[in-house]
Formats: sequence, structure tokens, C-alpha cells
Amino acid sequence: MQVGQTDKTSVVEFPVVEPGHTYRSIGEKISNVVLNIHTPLGWVFAFGTGSILLMMYLISVAYLFAYGVGVWGINIPVGWGFAIVTFVWWIGIGHAGTLISAILFLLRQDWRTSINRFAEAMTLFAVVCAGLYPILHLGRPWLFYWLLPYPNTFGLWPQFRSALAWDVFAVSTYGTISAVFWFTGLIPDLAGMRDRAKHPMLKFIFGGLAMGWRGSARHWNNHQKLYLLLAAIATPLVVSVHTVVSFDFAIGQLPGWHTTVFPPYFVAGAVFSGFAMVVTLLIPIRKIYHLEDMITLRHFDVMGKVILTTGLIVAYGYITEAFIGWYGGSQYELFLIKNRFVGPYAPYVFGLIFCNLVAPQLLWFKPLRTNLTVMFILSLVINTGMWLERFMIVIISLTADFLPSSWALFVATPWDWSLLIGSIGLFLVLLFLFVRTLPMISVFEMQELLHKQEHGH
Amino acid sequence: MNQIFHPSANVIAKASIVGVVLLLGVLGTGLIFFVRSGWLTGTSVAEAQPVPFSHLHHVRQLGIDCRYCHTSVEEAAFANIPPTETCMTCHSQIWTEAPLLEPVRASWRDEESIEWERVHDLSDFVYFNHSIHVNKGIGCETCHGRVDNMALIAKENTLQMEWCLECHRNPAKYIRPVDEVLTMGYAETLPEDHDQLVEGHALVEEYGIEVGRLDNCSICHR
Repeated sequence: MQVGQTDKTSVVEFPVVEPGHTYRSIGEKISNVVLNIHTPLGWVFAFGTGSILLMMYLISVAYLFAYGVGVWGINIPVGWGFAIVTFVWWIGIGHAGTLISAILFLLRQDWRTSINRFAEAMTLFAVVCAGLYPILHLGRPWLFYWLLPYPNTFGLWPQFRSALAWDVFAVSTYGTISAVFWFTGLIPDLAGMRDRAKHPMLKFIFGGLAMGWRGSARHWNNHQKLYLLLAAIATPLVVSVHTVVSFDFAIGQLPGWHTTVFPPYFVAGAVFSGFAMVVTLLIPIRKIYHLEDMITLRHFDVMGKVILTTGLIVAYGYITEAFIGWYGGSQYELFLIKNRFVGPYAPYVFGLIFCNLVAPQLLWFKPLRTNLTVMFILSLVINTGMWLERFMIVIISLTADFLPSSWALFVATPWDWSLLIGSIGLFLVLLFLFVRTLPMISVFEMQELLHKQEHGH
Repeated sequence: MNQIFHPSANVIAKASIVGVVLLLGVLGTGLIFFVRSGWLTGTSVAEAQPVPFSHLHHVRQLGIDCRYCHTSVEEAAFANIPPTETCMTCHSQIWTEAPLLEPVRASWRDEESIEWERVHDLSDFVYFNHSIHVNKGIGCETCHGRVDNMALIAKENTLQMEWCLECHRNPAKYIRPVDEVLTMGYAETLPEDHDQLVEGHALVEEYGIEVGRLDNCSICHR
């Protein structure tokens, strides 16, 4: 297909790469983001904001370690609180990266090329933010390694019948594979950076990370095989991780948790929020670094469609949950549904319905999908909605279970909020450090894409 | 630029595939043994005591009953460390001039307790009761080892949780008749056709020990 032309089998209107690029210009443009000594003001602003929030995170963590989890609003019956709400939220956000890099790679979707590196990094940092939460939630976080099965002196193994033990494996596998996949993709680009860098120190660092990549045919052959294999390994993770996370709830007995729709509905919700986060981050970054020619409106159009689709699956999940609650006729399920809509947390539930069900319907319209202001606001709305969804699931079910005598409300403390907002700071700092120090778009894959566009193979 | 890796890096890279696994395996195995070693748990280490009291002499050579000093072992959680008065029941009459026993006499004179170094010190979050063990057929030597062979007292076992659970999960392996609890070298007194598990299960049954409950968290962590 020629650049800028429309072929008959596709509805492409915007190209994946704007015309006028050569292999060299792509390589230079992407690596200049890192090698240029001048840092754009937008980066300084974003990184600065992230640093301030990270400070807040560190203070919250220090206070938490000093005084224990009692500084949060958690107690019996709501023992899970913000820590688990936000853990699920971050894990979900990570899913877009794996979907983009693994599944879309196997499906040969050319538009993934300009955003996969970035989305994978986002996945990694989201997993970091998520993984820290359950550890912070431990009464004695320095004993976190008790979660792992090893021949300890207690003569005990983790409770393998508990979904919480499965979580440890799901999340750590996810983190490991994501990191390996991300780094494998980076190797040829790191070698490119090594060759472009002027400063001997930079040459040494990039050279070390590139692990002796010379770009020989044999290197490329091995690399492609490995990348394909890793994509195949990572693919099941897209569904398995959030399925296991949903088991934390689904294998419990509580109304609002004990439902078989959870795994697919959680996975769809994860991709939904993950793509929203990619949109949130790409819009400013594309502006800061003038990457409009590589991250085009085509990308936002396609991501809008993915968000709409997964949003509809999530909506179906909500409807199924409510329907089965009513159809099943269990008085506890019926009470839960009532409690959600007219109970003490009703504003959260209506907020969630607006954010996750109503607002995404705008994405039916192409002019709105390609309007970046709309997309940016919508992506923020959706991620707020997804956080509210986890709040609804975790908190409301716990506050009012079977026995009215054991009911109690959950009220978040300032430390709950500061840790939540602070974790966004941790995420931003890691992400913008990545943008500044590593090629955020895959150079070699972009060049490959250009070759395909020009030569059709 | 020049490659920063020499061609020999290829060999190192390949070796590291095996090497890393091997290294982690060795470190891990080492750690598993290290945390159970006497160096960390203090087993078989005789700590210096104010008086070099010999269980070997008093128990085996003189044949004094354990309960002569550890008076409350059958009734209470704590087996009791004897007061100076208990020592002086004999040592006011024999070895009255022995220089080794001067701290005992000093304690007697000044009415100040001898400060023994504690050898078997369980964590504070563990509930342990001597009387239930002794009255249900767990011998002294099962936990404390052959005290009658120890010139200076030392810990025989690690007192780690896995060690407690080893018996709590299947007490039949260690239980003995209640009237043999004080016996040292019980195994040597048994006939050759003795089957510990058969007799053990019978005793567990007889003493009404509910094995299924013995490894509940709250049995020890109350």
C-alpha cells in the first residue's frame, strides 16, 4: 500500500506514519528525544508533578510503616479498603500494554508499532504500582517473602487454595514476562542508541545494555524468533492475570463477589482502563515531543474503538450481575443491588455508571474519536470510572454482608487518599524517566513498517 | 564505536545460563541449612553459666529425679528453675568448701538469686505449657535430648516452628507411656519388636489427643 493512499480492504483514512519519513529520519527523530541535551518544558512539568506526588507517596509509606495499617480507614468488616481497590486498578491498567505488544503483534496489526514500546513500559510501571499495594497492605511488609513457597522454618506452605496465593504467582509472572518482553524489544534500539550517542559514557551504558548487538542477519533471525515466542508466552497473560485477580473476589462467598461473570468482565475492564491510560499519556507526550507524524489520529481512532468495545463488555457484565442477582432471587443478592443504588455509597455507583457506561458511548462517533480534547477528557473519566468500579466491588460488598450486626461503613482517611494519589506520582516519575532515557517508540519496528508501506512486504 | 564486549563475552554469557541457576541453587540451599544451623539457633552450644552445673553428674551419676528441681513441670506451664535453697538442701552438707560452688553460697548468704542464662527461650508469641506435654506422654528427652549426658546444658533442638509441628502433626511418632516420661534413653529400654507407630497410635487414642486440632494456629498462638 502506498503511503497516504486508501486500499479497498481497509477503512484506513489516517496513515500509521505520516508521509515523508525515511529510515534515517525515523531513527534520528526518536533517538533525539533521548540524546538531545535540551529537555522540553512539558517533560519538566510532568516529571516535576510526578516527583511531588512521589514525595507524598514516600511520606505516606513512611508514616504507614511507622504506625501500621491502622492509619487507613480499614477495620473489620472492611479489611481491604483502598489498598486492594487501587491494586486491582493498577493491575488492570497494565493490561493494555500486554495486549498491544503480544496479541496485536500476533495479529499483525501495523498500528501497534508506534505505541507498543510505550505501552509495555506503562504496563511495567503499572505492575510496580500495583505490586507494591498488597505489600503495603501487609501488617509487617518486611516479611513479604512469606507469601512465597519456600522451605521455611515454620514448616508451613502458603495456602494454595486461596486466590491470594495465586495472585502472587499471577502478578510476579506478569511482571517478569513483561520486563523480559520489553527488554528484548529494546535491544536493537539500544544498539542504535549506542551508535548514535556522542558521549563516551552514554556509548558505554547503551553498549552494555545492547549486549553486543551488531545487527547481523543471524542476530535478527534469533531476535525475531525470540520475540515471537515471547509474544506467544505473553498472550495468555493478558487473560490470566486479571482472571486470577477476579478470583480474589469470585471464590469468596459475599454477595457482589460470588459470581462467575467476574473473570471475563474483569479482563475486559482491564483492557478498557489500560487503553484509556495509554490515551491519557500519549496525547501530552505526542504534543511535547512533536510526534504527531508517528502517533497519528489513526491510533486514537483505533484505540477509541477498542475502548468502546471493551466498555460494552463491561456494561454487559454490570447488566448480567444485576440480572442474575434479581433472577437468582437470593435475598442477599437482592439487598446488595438495592444497597448499591440507594445505600450510603450510591454516589460512587452513579458516578461509575456515568463514567463507564454513559460517557464511552461518545466513541461511536468518529469525529469524537479523533478529537484529542474529547479523547483526553474521556480517558480520564474512564479511569476514574474503573477505580469507582473496584471501589463498588470491594467496599460495598464488605460493608454489608449477611449479618446486619456485623455491618460497618468504610471511611477513607487522608492517608488512604495520599497513598492513592502518590502512587500516580510513582507511575509518572518512572514513565517520564523512561521517556527521557530510552527510545519510547520502537525504531527498528517503525523502519520495518515504513519498508512494508513502501514495498508491500 | 568499538564493541565493548570482547568475543569471550559469548562464553561468559552461555556459562551464565547454567551459572546463574547453579549459583542461586547453591545460595538457596546454603541459606536453608544456615537458618537451621546451630550458629543461628544456638543448638549444641553450652552457654557459660554462673555455676557450671552438670546434669550428667546430678541426673545420671547421682540419679536425682528431674522433678526434684523442676518442681512444677507436671502442674504448670513453666517447669521451674530451682531457687538456691534447692541447691543448698545438699550443698549445705556436702562440698561445702568447693570453690566451684562459691556463687551458690554467695547467693545463699546475700539472699540474691543466681542469674542463670536461659537456654530454652521460646518466642513470646508462642504459648507453651509443660504440664500438658508431660501428662500426655511426651518425654523430657523428646525435646531436651539426653540431658543425663550433658555435662553442661545445651539446647538439643532448634525450637523452630517446623520442629514443633513435626510432632504436632503426628504425635504417634514420639509419644510414650506417661510413666516413662522421665526415662532417659527410653528407646534403648524397648524390646526389639517394638513398633513405635502402632503403640503411638494406641497411646494417642488412650490419652484422648485430638491430632486434627494440634496444628491449629491458636493451639500455640493464642
